[in-house]
Amino acid sequence: MSKRIEVTDLNAYYGKFLAVEGVSLTIEPRSVTAFIGPSGCGKSTLLRTLNRMHEVIPGAHVEGEVLIDGNNLYGPGVDPVLVRRQVGMVFQRPNPFPTMSIQDNVLAGVKLNNRRMSKGDADDLTEKSLRGANLWNEVKDRLHGPGSGLSGGQQQRLCIARAIAVEPDVILMDEPCSALDPISTLAIEDLIEEMKANYTIVIVTHNMQQASRVSDRTAFFNIAGTGKPGKLIEYDDTTTIFSNPTVQSTEDYVSGRFG
Amino acid sequence: MTTAVDRDALRTTQRAGDRVFSTATIVAGSLILAVLAAVAVFLFVQSVPAFLAAPDEFDSGFTNFWEYVWPLAFGTLWSAFLALIMAIPVAIGIALFISHYAPRKLAQGLGYIIDLLAAVPSVVFGLWGIGVLAPMLQPFYSTLVEWFGWFPLFAGPVSGTGRTIFTVAVVLAVMVLPIITAISREIFLQTPVLHEEAALALGATRWEMITMAVLPFGRAGIISAAMLGLGRALGETMAVAMVLSPSPQVIFQLLTSQNPTTIAANIALNFPEAHGVGVNILLATGLILFVITLAVNMLARYIINRRKAFSGAN
Amino acid sequence: MSTTTVAAPLTNSLTAGKLPKYTSLAVLGASWLVAAAVFLMLQLSGASKDFNLAGTLFFGTVLYCVAIYLLSYFVEGVRKAKDRLVTALVTAAFVVALLPLVSLVVTTLTNGLPAFLTPSFFTQSQRNIVGAGGGALHAVIGTLFITGLAGLISIPIGLLTAIYLTEYGRGRLARGITFFVDVMTGIPSIVAGLFAFALFSLLFNDPGIRFGFGGAIALSVLMIPVVVRSSEEMLKLVPNDLREAAYALGVPKWLTILKVVLPTSLAGIITGVMISISRVIGETAPLLIISGFTASMNYNLFSERMMTLPVFVYTQYANQGADAQAYLDRAWAGALTLILIVMVLNGVARLIAKLFSPKLGR
Repeated sequence: MSKRIEVTDLNAYYGKFLAVEGVSLTIEPRSVTAFIGPSGCGKSTLLRTLNRMHEVIPGAHVEGEVLIDGNNLYGPGVDPVLVRRQVGMVFQRPNPFPTMSIQDNVLAGVKLNNRRMSKGDADDLTEKSLRGANLWNEVKDRLHGPGSGLSGGQQQRLCIARAIAVEPDVILMDEPCSALDPISTLAIEDLIEEMKANYTIVIVTHNMQQASRVSDRTAFFNIAGTGKPGKLIEYDDTTTIFSNPTVQSTEDYVSGRFG
Repeated sequence: MTTAVDRDALRTTQRAGDRVFSTATIVAGSLILAVLAAVAVFLFVQSVPAFLAAPDEFDSGFTNFWEYVWPLAFGTLWSAFLALIMAIPVAIGIALFISHYAPRKLAQGLGYIIDLLAAVPSVVFGLWGIGVLAPMLQPFYSTLVEWFGWFPLFAGPVSGTGRTIFTVAVVLAVMVLPIITAISREIFLQTPVLHEEAALALGATRWEMITMAVLPFGRAGIISAAMLGLGRALGETMAVAMVLSPSPQVIFQLLTSQNPTTIAANIALNFPEAHGVGVNILLATGLILFVITLAVNMLARYIINRRKAFSGAN
Repeated sequence: MSTTTVAAPLTNSLTAGKLPKYTSLAVLGASWLVAAAVFLMLQLSGASKDFNLAGTLFFGTVLYCVAIYLLSYFVEGVRKAKDRLVTALVTAAFVVALLPLVSLVVTTLTNGLPAFLTPSFFTQSQRNIVGAGGGALHAVIGTLFITGLAGLISIPIGLLTAIYLTEYGRGRLARGITFFVDVMTGIPSIVAGLFAFALFSLLFNDPGIRFGFGGAIALSVLMIPVVVRSSEEMLKLVPNDLREAAYALGVPKWLTILKVVLPTSLAGIITGVMISISRVIGETAPLLIISGFTASMNYNLFSERMMTLPVFVYTQYANQGADAQAYLDRAWAGALTLILIVMVLNGVARLIAKLFSPKLGR
């Protein structure tokens, strides 16, 4: 279910503006990788290149290679729709579809390919996904109520349930806890810990404690100044990054001296 | 001490400003209710003589008001219905084209072009309908009657001028198109990017993204846009009055020279020469038109309100 | 899944069957050619006299929709096929809407320009004119007076009501107003004219009353709900964060509305007002009923019949005299004038909207 991601010499652009330059890294399956760095350093942009969501923004394009178990996402003839089914994404702010019930939200992605799903299968998948997102007990009595009626933390877990219902290999999380309170954050972090057994997870975070708590490996990004492209500075085991980094600016950042 | 005085002064000015402003808004809002009530009351008062009118006050052999108004009411609903059937799918298509398909740089200009259509006065549409559209459609009608005359709606004999209820419906459709398009487009553009990205991230194609995020978000907007379009189609006067060759009866055939006319067109054609109870009769048909549009609007409102729990706006 | 290895990049499992980029254009061209060939054969066989261009484009486009769907269905799968079909339909819808606009503008220009360019058109009325000549000055003046007055009445009332509904309105009054504003948007224009007639003929006890002020009232009834609806929509779009930010700075509510909420939505409100003006300036029916028609100048809104441009167009068309062409020419010239006025209104409003709209990133 989980896959290795290899990024080689990746440049990401917004129009003519180079936002991310020359990134190469390998993300191991069944691990949690955290992207950290100051605002505007391109970590969210890089994350979005991993499931071709970057190009949704008008004018945005990418150079370089992203291999998922050897398949190049940017190879000729690759269908971005297929890519996104294998690489799920959770966004910064919870975004359940407001017009759908909780159950419909969970099944939204699945229904795209498998239109005629028996009610039993649908219910099973809903329960499995919601359990996978630690949300089942809280919503099992109101599966047909609107998803927008949940709290922020519950909505975010609903979005995670929606992402895992498609059974992707990789899950990308773009600051999934930045709009949540500490309790909800903790719930999501516990969930990430459990999901690691089945998925390759990449998480962008501003919160260094969070990175050190949940991730196995950490990539630190930085920019030389505004208008300059973001670059990968250092990529290593999380413990190494936080205790014994090799680059000075990484140490400055993780110890709170800037950023 | 001085700080306390300052704070008091501040508070009183706040209150005065707020009170004046909120009162003004309430008065304006209530005025609208008063106007609507006045429309109903004055039309009703002036209509009473028509309900009591003697049989010889009506022309074309009608003996009472209800006999007189029924074919007109039918023609009004029938033409508006035909127009909306044609306009709504096209309008939603255009709105989607502008909001989600056209290159972003072009989109604004394209929207402006469609808005121009909304700005064309109905009397110009009337001139165009009779001068250009009717002669152009007539040969097409002949073919249609020749081949599909067995189908009740297309039964002959075909109109020789093209001034049929179908031509009117086409003109009406063109007229309501920009209103429905403009509102749907605005709503589609407001679809939260978060929801669109959520759909794309689940592996949706563009059309699937639209059905998952854009259309549900815009559903209430589409209904209210169609409602505005219907309001215009029901009450549209000049285009119908100029294009249609009327005969006051209930006919479903679309392409013959016998066509049901509409309440509004009937008023416009006869009002300048009407006198005495004739004026009251026309006012009374206006009241009926008012009641019909009222009913249509209330139904549409009901549909919108029922969907509110799931609507996207907070 | 795990059988794909790095060593075999050619068997990329993420690629799906995909049609090359030029497919759509090629299929469209081919469809049109096929349709053209069919109609050409019809023409040569004598079944139809002329080459049917409209039919060619229509059936060619229909053929394209079918062809691209089937092609995509077999190569790319049903989901992609549906996506392509919708793209084709949506684009076709837009083109279809352009046809009447182009036709209308071309016809109005060709038919209206000769009389429009006659100097007397904007310097004379129709007083004592039989046949050709004269102008529409009386109608232009009437339209400006009546629409201007209607705007003066409607815009403040409409805007204040919209503010009430978005900022203050709670409870039954607000719900009632929202509901009845919706109902009023559906009022047919002719009913508004009849209302003004019923009101003033009772008020002045004159069963044949015709004057300009009544027309302004009738237009206001039509204009107010449009202003309310559009302004309300725009005010609702202002994020609550902005209001709360202002409150948190200690700004009173009415100043927050005036200085924060209104400026943020100003561009949208102007667009709404523009739509409402362009809706009423072309209204014919209510003015026909309450303001009537005349051949002479009238600068007084409160007495006597007052001509307006739309009514001018209608009466020139409907009451053609002995020299019918002269009347038709004037009708088209009046139509051209109306369209020009509306377009200038649009242009100015767009300009204002562009200059003052806050930059909201999307």
